Amino acid sequence: MTRDMNKYLREGLSGTRFCPGCGHGILMGAILRAVDRLGIAMEDLLFVSGIGCAAWIPSPNIGTDTLHTLHGRALAFATGAKLVNPKLTTIVASGDGDLTSIGGNHLIHSARRNLDVTVICANNLIYGMTGGQTASTTPVGARTSTDPDGNNFRPFDICNLVMASGARYAARFPVTRPNQLIDAIEKALRIKGFTFVEAVSPCPTQFGRRNSTAEISALYDSVDSLCISKAEAQTMDEDERLRHFVVGEFEP
Amino acid sequence: MTGRERVIEAPEVLVQGNVAVAEAAIAVGCRFFGGYPITPSSEIMVRMAELLRAGDGVFIQMEDELASICAVIGASWSGAKSMTATSGPGLSLMQEALGYAYFTETPLVLVDIQRAGPATGQATHVGQGDMMQFRYGSHGDVFPVALVPWSVQECYDLTIRAFNLSEKFRIPVFLAADEAVGHLRENVVLHRNFEVVDRVKKGAGDPFGSPLRDGVPVMPSFGDGGHLMVTGSTHDARGFRKVDDPEIHDALVTRLMRKTLDHVDEIVEIEEHMLDDAEVAFFAYGVSARSALAAVKRLRSKGVKAGLLRALTIWPFPEKQVTQLGAKVKAIVVPELNKGMIAGVARGFTGTPVHAFTQTNGKIIEPERLVKFVEELP
Repeated sequence: MTRDMNKYLREGLSGTRFCPGCGHGILMGAILRAVDRLGIAMEDLLFVSGIGCAAWIPSPNIGTDTLHTLHGRALAFATGAKLVNPKLTTIVASGDGDLTSIGGNHLIHSARRNLDVTVICANNLIYGMTGGQTASTTPVGARTSTDPDGNNFRPFDICNLVMASGARYAARFPVTRPNQLIDAIEKALRIKGFTFVEAVSPCPTQFGRRNSTAEISALYDSVDSLCISKAEAQTMDEDERLRHFVVGEFEP
Repeated sequence: MTGRERVIEAPEVLVQGNVAVAEAAIAVGCRFFGGYPITPSSEIMVRMAELLRAGDGVFIQMEDELASICAVIGASWSGAKSMTATSGPGLSLMQEALGYAYFTETPLVLVDIQRAGPATGQATHVGQGDMMQFRYGSHGDVFPVALVPWSVQECYDLTIRAFNLSEKFRIPVFLAADEAVGHLRENVVLHRNFEVVDRVKKGAGDPFGSPLRDGVPVMPSFGDGGHLMVTGSTHDARGFRKVDDPEIHDALVTRLMRKTLDHVDEIVEIEEHMLDDAEVAFFAYGVSARSALAAVKRLRSKGVKAGLLRALTIWPFPEKQVTQLGAKVKAIVVPELNKGMIAGVARGFTGTPVHAFTQTNGKIIEPERLVKFVEELP
């Protein structure tokens, strides 16, 4: 983190709890840079997170009000906090398992209600904190601790899921493309209503080492090489598309 | 004329218990309700929707009970007195978040209009089977407060008390009502003659710690500039996660316990009926205490020296009062709409025989059955 972002970090911390090579630190930097561009005052910011590695991005690292909640329920807590104090710029930052599996119902209903929050989903494709179990976002064929021979179920396309539910804006970029990520978060924060940014943030510890990409830079290269545009996606059949990450912006 | 004007301005009105709960919540300053429909509590939600939208509050119907209680916690941290209402199945779903509210010292009021369980059970019929769920529903050690109304007037008065205790001690408080009282219609006074307790938002000290063994820390709201760290993980006084420190965890769990147990005399309310010369006494709560009082009167007319000790607070348990009752009478009868949940607790605090009168058929107890039960006691 560059020094000019230090003002956003909570005093008294000596580092994060993320594993070496975790993408979540890059994502945290992207969030803070977007907040910084918009000049949002610290006391007007509320970060809400659930349970899991990504829930530790804001809590306790970011020195604003933070609400570290129950597994899956971040958006439900955020609903009450935001409705009572609409002045709070409310950012829900959590993981793919937290937001789309145990919290999937709250995700689609918050989008349906057009709750004025920005959701940032750190998608590491797996349950990291609990030991690499299959997630609702794990690619078909990827190996996990509960599917050592490869996952058989298709993953959620979270951006399309929230757009179909009523979101005003969604975007997906990998942490290997931080500038696009910052732009997307900034745009999401500017738009009033429910906005969503999915950051593909590979997990070397749990995902990488089970999928022949334990070496961190190789993992990042492989994730980046799987990112395709919407136009490229249209040239692929469904099976091939499901092995890639369609990056870009999704608007109503 | 809207319903609101008619109800609030009249000195005495005929309303059902569920409506009285909503009127009380508004009167004491509740400004957020998040809920999910469930019989037999839904009238509370409908009335809160009317009242909050007519005023300066926030009403939101959430997607399920899990979301409802979580929204209530979030709202409380944004500074609003907040409430939800449900029945047994919803209470079951809310248990994880109730533990969170307890551990993060979040004031809120949860109204449970009990129906006959378990499972879906008899959705429209009365039960008192959630008594242990109030006490032990959460994992870990919790020491909750649960108040039990037996009339529509008490639905009003105890809802106010529930908010005041919740704000004073920074704890979730249950209004442990039942279907019979919730749907009962009686004349009540929706008075404003009560003290309003508000959480202390500013002052010395950190938001999650206190030097006192039973201390209630200050509770700033989101947006106040306090840069709060609220977490359900074990935390230090400032809110930093400290999940590996055995002393911090023990001290936190112990202080939270003391917040309730060091104030039992203040929190516990009981009412005595004809106990002065009683030889046999009912110990009862909620609608079953009405059956018991009717039985006491019939027994007295037959020359049996009967009395009633009624609990308005069931958790923390009125231990001292039950012990004193046991010293005074030869037998205690606990009538309840479950298989003897509270009778079993009462036995722990007296050597006097405690007889459970249990009824699990979705009906209130006919007083004559209690009369017969007492007459046939050994």
